[in-house]
Amino acid sequence: MCRLALKTADTPFSPYEVLTAMEAMQEGFDGSGLGLLLRGIHFDDFNYRIDQPILSGIAHTEEALQRLDEYMAGQGYELKYDHEFTITRGIVEAQDREKYIIRVYKDPVGAEPSQEATEQRYMQVRLDLRRDGEEHGGDLTVFSFWPQVVMIKEVGWPLAVGDALGLHDGRIKARVVMAQGRQNTNYGINLYACHPFFIQGIATMTNGENTAFVPIKEWLTGKQIPGYLGYQSDSEVFTHILHYVLKKLKLPLETYKHVITPLKTSELDVHPQGDFLKGLRTACRRLIIDGPNAVIGTLPDETSLLVMDHKKMRPASVGGRPGAWAFASEICGVDALIPDRDRSLDFQPMREHTVIIPPHRKEMVIWSQFNQFALPQAA
Amino acid sequence: MVSIQSVCTSPSSLTYHDLPWIVQHREDRCTLCGRCTSICPVQAIYLTYRRQRMPKLDILQKKRGSDYRHFVGIRQRTNIENKCIGCGMCSMVCPNEAITPTPNSNEDRSLFHINQKGEAWKRGGRRNVSGRTILDRIIFDRISMLTDPALDAGRHEFSTSTILGRILPPEEFLRRKAAGEWIPPTREIFPFIIGSMSFGALSPNMWLGLLQGVAYCNEVLGIPVVMATGEGGCPPWVLKSPFLKYIILQIASGYFGWDEIIRAIPEMQCDPAAIEIKYGQGAKPGDGGLLMWFKVSKLIARLRGVPEGVDLPSPPVHQTLYSIEESVMKMIQTMSMAFGFRVPVYPKISGSTSAKSVLNNLVRNPYAGGLLIDGMDGGTGAAYNISMDATGHPIASNLRECYLDLVAQGRQNEIPLFAAGGIGKNGNVTQNGMALIMLGASGVHIGKYIMQSTAGCLGNEIGRCNVCNLGLCPKGITSQNPKLFRRLDPDEVAQRVVDVYMTINTEIKKIMAPLGRSQSLPIGMSDALGIDDHAAAERLQIKYVC
Repeated sequence: MCRLALKTADTPFSPYEVLTAMEAMQEGFDGSGLGLLLRGIHFDDFNYRIDQPILSGIAHTEEALQRLDEYMAGQGYELKYDHEFTITRGIVEAQDREKYIIRVYKDPVGAEPSQEATEQRYMQVRLDLRRDGEEHGGDLTVFSFWPQVVMIKEVGWPLAVGDALGLHDGRIKARVVMAQGRQNTNYGINLYACHPFFIQGIATMTNGENTAFVPIKEWLTGKQIPGYLGYQSDSEVFTHILHYVLKKLKLPLETYKHVITPLKTSELDVHPQGDFLKGLRTACRRLIIDGPNAVIGTLPDETSLLVMDHKKMRPASVGGRPGAWAFASEICGVDALIPDRDRSLDFQPMREHTVIIPPHRKEMVIWSQFNQFALPQAA
Repeated sequence: MVSIQSVCTSPSSLTYHDLPWIVQHREDRCTLCGRCTSICPVQAIYLTYRRQRMPKLDILQKKRGSDYRHFVGIRQRTNIENKCIGCGMCSMVCPNEAITPTPNSNEDRSLFHINQKGEAWKRGGRRNVSGRTILDRIIFDRISMLTDPALDAGRHEFSTSTILGRILPPEEFLRRKAAGEWIPPTREIFPFIIGSMSFGALSPNMWLGLLQGVAYCNEVLGIPVVMATGEGGCPPWVLKSPFLKYIILQIASGYFGWDEIIRAIPEMQCDPAAIEIKYGQGAKPGDGGLLMWFKVSKLIARLRGVPEGVDLPSPPVHQTLYSIEESVMKMIQTMSMAFGFRVPVYPKISGSTSAKSVLNNLVRNPYAGGLLIDGMDGGTGAAYNISMDATGHPIASNLRECYLDLVAQGRQNEIPLFAAGGIGKNGNVTQNGMALIMLGASGVHIGKYIMQSTAGCLGNEIGRCNVCNLGLCPKGITSQNPKLFRRLDPDEVAQRVVDVYMTINTEIKKIMAPLGRSQSLPIGMSDALGIDDHAAAERLQIKYVC
């Protein structure tokens, strides 16, 4: 079992804070790895402009780094900042890490300025580099290429990984940090199998097991949508379903829950939008997830969300105050992240809930599947 | 010594030991009540006078002689048309357990002579291949215990229903919904469907019992079971009843019964569950339906709009159309239109290496509501033996390759595939059905199993009974003769239908729970399957386990 922690705050903070919260939940995980996603980035030694894409990954050899440089230059991206971690060798077990890449680029001159084209272009860079790494024996691993997003994944005890990379030095801070404390030991150890998963600004991480993985994966793969690949972990489909719902179907965030864990017919019969939701359930039938899962996600606008599986078989808690909120697998994780809050307002979502922390972070929105939601297009 | 000349023999004369079943009769127990001979559906046994010589020796007079004892005994006929079918009704009625058919362990020589008068052997029943099937050998091995608290089949809530009808891609659904356009009709049904058995093939009591049971499952238990009619229409009282929503009406190449159906449309209280267009049947591919004259009673004649007592063969193909593509397209559209585009319409084809081409055609037909593929292990009311034994395609690999074809196109959510043919052949109905569902079927049709489990059909895989075609069904399941079908109590059939569906529903949960599935039927969850046969594993693209 793994443990999840997310903190979102108005003031950028060090990701090391979240790693210490992971430590509070240490009895619950095997400490086999760490996945970190940082959003709303602040670099201590670089004046970062928020529309510049950041490349995150690992070059395992010098040659891979060279190929990466050539590719980026070829695409017209200009390197603006190359973050050098204060690395302490010997703490993490992997020895083949030539360089942990966090690099800020400037968009190519004359690139198509529309948002859709830009998002497509960023994703294509990530996919091209990933394929390049895979074609060269896995010597290059790329997690994200997106403005305001940094991703770090490594095998080892989460806090030890943080120490190895010197994350406590405060040189990188972020307004949103997602952390997951386990390599995917369900299948083979693979950096790409480590949560959070990322596609076009959307990221999710999960505590659980998606038992409907294979049919969902087959369906998503069959859609031939660029970026719907990988699936080294059964949880990656949660990210892609969220992406599909928001970006492809252009539905509001509330429908995500209706897609992955739809209500029963008898419940939809009395739902104000029952007719539409029944149709949606049928059309998206192959995206119904199964098994015990707590899914935590973040969106490009720094919205955070938390949903449970239909049986609520995984724990997760939310707590915080205006300006700072935390999601964690255990309440002690929330305690470690935001000690100065009113605990009586902590919330454990049930099967019908979607907890949303909007970008303004003034309140926690608890949305229930039984409630109506604004659906301009159809319902 | 009997002289050679006096032996009555011909090329087709056989003895008891040449027949598939030998009637064993114990004269010491027999009371000569005659029940066995009167119930035997094929008159395989008869009461007859016999004479037995009793040697007599008078010692004082030093004379030898004979006395003769006369008695009444029961004997088995050895001519082909009266050969014992092993149904065992004789032993069922015998008050003293004096008589029973036993399978002949010797060769069945009647097979060489069954084509009397140039008539190829026709029969009802099944393929007569015994032993475990491929489906029986599939196990569910992806037990979800790595990170999970296990699901509890008795406590948790499970969604076990499936969708019948065309499912739009999500993008298209939203577009049409926003534009107020037509959304193809779908039905949420239980994935085990009572397969097509016609109102001519089944007796009125059997049909009534099934329908009663189905209605109870829906209305009292909340298990949304549907049943298909087969060719030959539907009784008018059903067409105009609220129970029509549990019925899939079949149209086949003889179009029998459709006059009544079309005329009833204005008076229907609800829509039928679906319309099934039969292009082929797994048990007898390339053959049309066949209702032999024995079964065309007054009622059946009226329903089908034909004279009484005539053979009713449906042609192998829908004669009015040129090709299956054209046929499928026109018929699906016509039937959709007849029911106001509110009823899913889907074709049923026999399992075949060409099933994929029909499927690909359907995928591009916006009105097609699914595809039912019927494998060769299915049963039938009447067919040529050669068709049943030797033609067709097993369902497992056929279904799997069709499903994978859809997966490759990313369209496995759109045309639900239904599978039939041999499901529950050896009694493992839930296991067989769930194996097919995990191979990619959205649901399965079960016919033989329903006959055996709900009405006590005597047929088995070693040639027992199999006289459905003659209207002689000793249990009254497939007979139109009131003397026979009176034996079947519709209420008891209904009770058994309910027993069966409650059990299947529980067993589905018992399969889904350890796999960690409860939210939706595990359609295409092939990672949960394993089989102890390397070649089959490779063909079905599932795990080989040993």
